[in-house]
Parts: sequence; C-alpha cells; structure tokens
Amino acid sequence: MEPAVRVDDLTKRFGSFVAVDRVSFRVEPGEIFGFLGSNGAGKTTTIRVLCGLLPPTSGAAEVLGIDVAKDPDAVKRRIGYMSQRFSLYEDLTPLENLTFYGGVYGLEGAELAWRREWAVETAGLAGRERVLTRELPGGIRQRLALASALLHAPRVVFLDEPTGGVDPLSRRRFWSIIEDLSSSGVTVFVTTHYMDEAERCGRLALMHAGKLLALGSLSELRSVFEDRLVLEVRTEALQETLAILESQDWVDDVSVFGSALHVIAAAKPDPLPRVEALLRGFAPSRVRRVLPSLEDVFIHSIEKNRGA
Amino acid sequence: MALESLSRIVTVAGKESRHIRRDPLSLAMLLGVPGMMVVLYGFALNFDVKNIALAISDRDQSEASRSIAASFTHSGYFVLKRFSAASLDLEALMKRREATAILVVPEGFGETVAAGRRAELQLLLDGSNSNTATTALNYASALVGDANERLLARRAERAPPIQLRPRVWYNPELESSHFLVPGLMGFILMITSVVATALSVVREKERGTMEQIRLAPLRMGELIAGKTLPYLFLSLVASAIILVVARAVFGVSVRGSYTELFAATTLYLTGALGWGLFVSTLATTQQQAFQIAMLSSMLPAVLLSGFVFPIRSMPVLMQYVSYAVPARYYLVVSRGIILKGSSITLYPRELLLLLAYTVVVLTLATVGLRRKAS
Repeated sequence: MEPAVRVDDLTKRFGSFVAVDRVSFRVEPGEIFGFLGSNGAGKTTTIRVLCGLLPPTSGAAEVLGIDVAKDPDAVKRRIGYMSQRFSLYEDLTPLENLTFYGGVYGLEGAELAWRREWAVETAGLAGRERVLTRELPGGIRQRLALASALLHAPRVVFLDEPTGGVDPLSRRRFWSIIEDLSSSGVTVFVTTHYMDEAERCGRLALMHAGKLLALGSLSELRSVFEDRLVLEVRTEALQETLAILESQDWVDDVSVFGSALHVIAAAKPDPLPRVEALLRGFAPSRVRRVLPSLEDVFIHSIEKNRGA
Repeated sequence: MALESLSRIVTVAGKESRHIRRDPLSLAMLLGVPGMMVVLYGFALNFDVKNIALAISDRDQSEASRSIAASFTHSGYFVLKRFSAASLDLEALMKRREATAILVVPEGFGETVAAGRRAELQLLLDGSNSNTATTALNYASALVGDANERLLARRAERAPPIQLRPRVWYNPELESSHFLVPGLMGFILMITSVVATALSVVREKERGTMEQIRLAPLRMGELIAGKTLPYLFLSLVASAIILVVARAVFGVSVRGSYTELFAATTLYLTGALGWGLFVSTLATTQQQAFQIAMLSSMLPAVLLSGFVFPIRSMPVLMQYVSYAVPARYYLVVSRGIILKGSSITLYPRELLLLLAYTVVVLTLATVGLRRKAS
C-alpha cells in the first residue's frame, strides 16, 4: 500500500538557517504518527511543508502520492489541519463557522448539512449550535476546531499541538476522536509534549535542531536504555547534587525534571547504592528507579547524537 | 471551476458580512461617520472670507474720502469696527485683533484727487492669516479699481473703454461648501474603506484564522474578492449618505448622472480597498494597521489631491507625487459630475489613471499577501 506521507531527504532553509535538515520518514495509512521535539526543532516547518504552505528547499515530500511542491492545491484539498490556536471565528456561531469552512472546501447542499450534523455531534455541542463560539467552554471549542478541520473528510490530518492548554478530561475526549479516525483509516500526524499522548501514538519521531533523531514506537525508543537505567533523585539541594553527580565518570547524564533530578547510568553494576552512598551525609535525598520518560529518551537521544 | 470559485467568493463574503453585523459599533462608524464628517468639515473648512474687521482712519474728511470709506463699508466684505477722524494707534488695534484691515486716508486726499493728480491710500493688513489677508487685499483692490473707474468716467464724461463683468459658473455664490462636498466624499470614503479592510485582514492574522484560511484550497484572489465585496457595498451606502447629507445641509445636489457618479465611485473605492489590503500586509497588529491606514489614506487625500490646496500651486516635486494619489483623479471626475453636470465620458484620462492605480494596488496586495503565506 502507498504510504500516506512520504518524506525523502527533506531540507528547508530560511536564508542560512536550516529549519529542517535532510529528514526522511514514511507514515502508513491509518497510523497515528507522533512528532516530538522542543520549540524550534523543525516540527511545525515540516508540517507546513507537508501541508503545501512552504516549498521544500530540497528533497521530496509526498502526501497521498501527491508531490507537495508540484501541486500544493491538490494537497490542501485532501488534508485537514488544526493548530493550537484553534482557528475559529469567535464572533460567529459554531454553525456559521462550519458553514464557512465547509464552503471554502466546496461542500454544499445536503452534503454540507450532513457533515455539519456530524461535526456538531463529534464536538458534543448539540443544543449550543447558535451560541457565539467565544461563549463555549475551551474543550468544546477545541473539538469544534477539530471537527471543522475534518468537515471535508480528509484522508490525512495534521494536528499541531492540538491539546495545548486544555484540561485532561477534554484531552481524553479529543484523543478518542483521533482514535476513531485512525480506525476508520484516516492518517493522523500529531505533535505533542504530553507523555500520555505519545503513548497513544503508533510511532514517534523525535526532532531536534532540524534533524530526525529517532523514529519508532515508544517501547522501541525506550530500548536505547537497554543497558542503562534511570534513577530519580529527590533532594533539597538540587544544584549542589547536580554538580556532584555530573562529576562522576560512571554517570552518563544528569538533568533536572521539575523538582527532581534524573540520572542516567549503566545498569551494571547497580548505580542505586552508589548514588545513595555518594549523597549520604551530604543532603537528605530519596533515590528510586523509574521508567525512562519521554524526556529521558529525548535527552539521551540528543546526547547520543552529539557523540556520534 | 469558475462556478466553484464564485461559490468560494460568496462563502467568504457571507462570513465577512456576518462579522460586520456582529460588530454594530464598526458598522455605525462605517455608515455614520462619513455623514457626520461632511457636516463638520463642511462648516469648519469654510474658505469664504466675509465680515473682515475694518478700521478707518479718515484724516481728510472730504467728500472723496467719505466716498471711498463708504464703498468699503457697503461692500459686504468688511465690517466697520472703528472709525476715527484723527490718527489711530494702528499697531495696538491690530495687536488686539480689533481690526484685520485698516484703511488710512491721508490729509489732502480729496484735494489731490480733485486736482487730478495721483492720490495715495494706505491699507494695513494683518498677515498672520495669509489666506484672509490675500482675500481682503483682493477685495480692496477691486473696490479701489471701481472708484478709479468712476472718477475717470466723471472726468472724461464717458464710460471707460474696457469694463470687466465677471460671472461665476457652476458655483455662482462661490460657496466653498459646494466645492468641498466632492472632495470630502473622496477623502472620507478613502479613510473608511482603507481602515476597514486593513483591520479586517489583520484581525484574522491576530486571531490565527488567516493560517487556517491559507491551508484551505482558497485562492488569494478569491479571498480578496470575498473580503472586499461587503466593504465595497457598505462604502457605496456611505457615499449615498454623504450625498443626502450634503443636499440637506448645504443644498448641494448632483447635477450629472447618479449612475455615472456611482460608477466612478465604485472604481475609486476598489482602489481604496486594495490599498487597505496592501496596508494589511505591512502590519502585524490591529493598532499598527489602523495607524498606517489612517496616515497613508488621510494625508495624501487631504494634502495632495487638490481637495484643499490647488495642485498647480504645489512645489513641482509634490505635483509629481500627487499623480500617485487616486483622490486627485476622483476629485476631478466627481466635481465635474456633481457641480457641473458633466458626463463621465469627458474624463477618460482620469478614469484610466484610476483604473491603473486600482490594478497596481490590487496586484501589490495579492503579491504581498501571497508572500506572507510562505
């Protein structure tokens, strides 16, 4: 089967700045493909190229078999897009918003009416179709934005941090829509910062400084830790502890995670008693072994890449 | 394909109209402000100089001096504020702004005239308002010219060989409000349409909806047409309001064809809306857009269009700059149609240049908006 998205050696430069640096990957139809990386890593630029908004500097990008550089309009007609700033007109009602977005995609008559009904149901706003959009709760607004982006039944959907600033319950409802889409064969391309969202993705791509660092399912990505483990250190003296741990040659990496430290070290010999022994008498601290988080994977991938 | 395109334009125009309806304040501004501005400017921008404060110092007290003084006071242009047979403190009078013009008739004036020799009169003018001073000087010269004619006629006992009989056409009362209405129309429509379109586009940029629109299969031309159509319609309604107000308040009626006037106005407005779109490509916030739109539409339309200052009396460089000001061409056409009752066919050059401006501006706007997209 033809991949939904095919990216080969894609590079996008703005002047001398390389936003996307020779990135290649494929996304299969119906896949939920997660795109991870810090701000400025090149995620949004990649999405904008795939949506036909920016021409690639070099390399190839195809969506549903269409070359985005050659026929961006054909790509635009077949995809859906939604960003963190859910792009609804707040001074219009949900129905007016849906009519507008349906109209620009060429929906009319019975088809428009039927898709609008679907969108109202999906967003869960029955009974509030004629309220001004600005008066709707954030969660409903966000689902309405997703429904507007899906109105023309696209086969591929790009979601750029779609759940930023929304409560966890709404996020869960949002993701159940995404999973329904995926099981009906729609390809979902999503960027996120959240671990629970990454876990729902079939595969994940890690981007950093324009480069693709790692690609695979979450468990595959975690396998970079096969001979290492991650320890969480909770302490009052964060900075001093960080300095001490960093100076140890058997410690691979130390990073700050909120109010705790994550220490990455070789699994053998067991580093837990060594860390405890090191910090004993220095500062009261609690050390325990944790599963590598997305951030651990991410930081470790960056470190590994730097070494290579 | 063309039908799909039309339906997308209608979709955008429908959405834009809803925005306007949801925002009654802006709607009131678009429709109410033009009529109000016509009234305000029509009264405030009055260039007619009447009732100039006059002081007369008649040191001669002869028949001839009384006659010349009477011709000033009965002219209707001057109002006599002070009269003295002796000498007046001229400087003090002018400093206290009691008199704008002071006529001094020297001793022996009557005798000199009677003797057939050249007699002198002194006229002092407050030049701090050069416009008024110039007008007063013109009136005074005309009055003295009349007096000379009468004296010569009496002496020779026949009429002077050449007599000028001026008649003013199109605006016989020389009311500046008549002259101003077409100019005001051009000026006000320019501001409201440029500001309204610039804001409507920048608002979408601020909200992030512009990005969503660009991701839709919507051509830039379709977006622009859909966005400008509702504002074009509103601006035409505003033009009608201006005409109604001008007629009710200043008695200015359109002598030519309304159809032709609205045709010319539509062309002019399309250019103005295009400029508004272009401004939107320069600004990132609504505040910025408002400022650029105001400055770039108001200043040229007031200063360089011939609305207030005749283009011929501008410095040469400014005259060249004024070629890029669409209000300049619209003014010629609208003055012709409104005041003279001329046919639109008399102004092919102006209409062609307006069309050229419109095409250039809309192209710039399209290119600018497209470049913003990538």
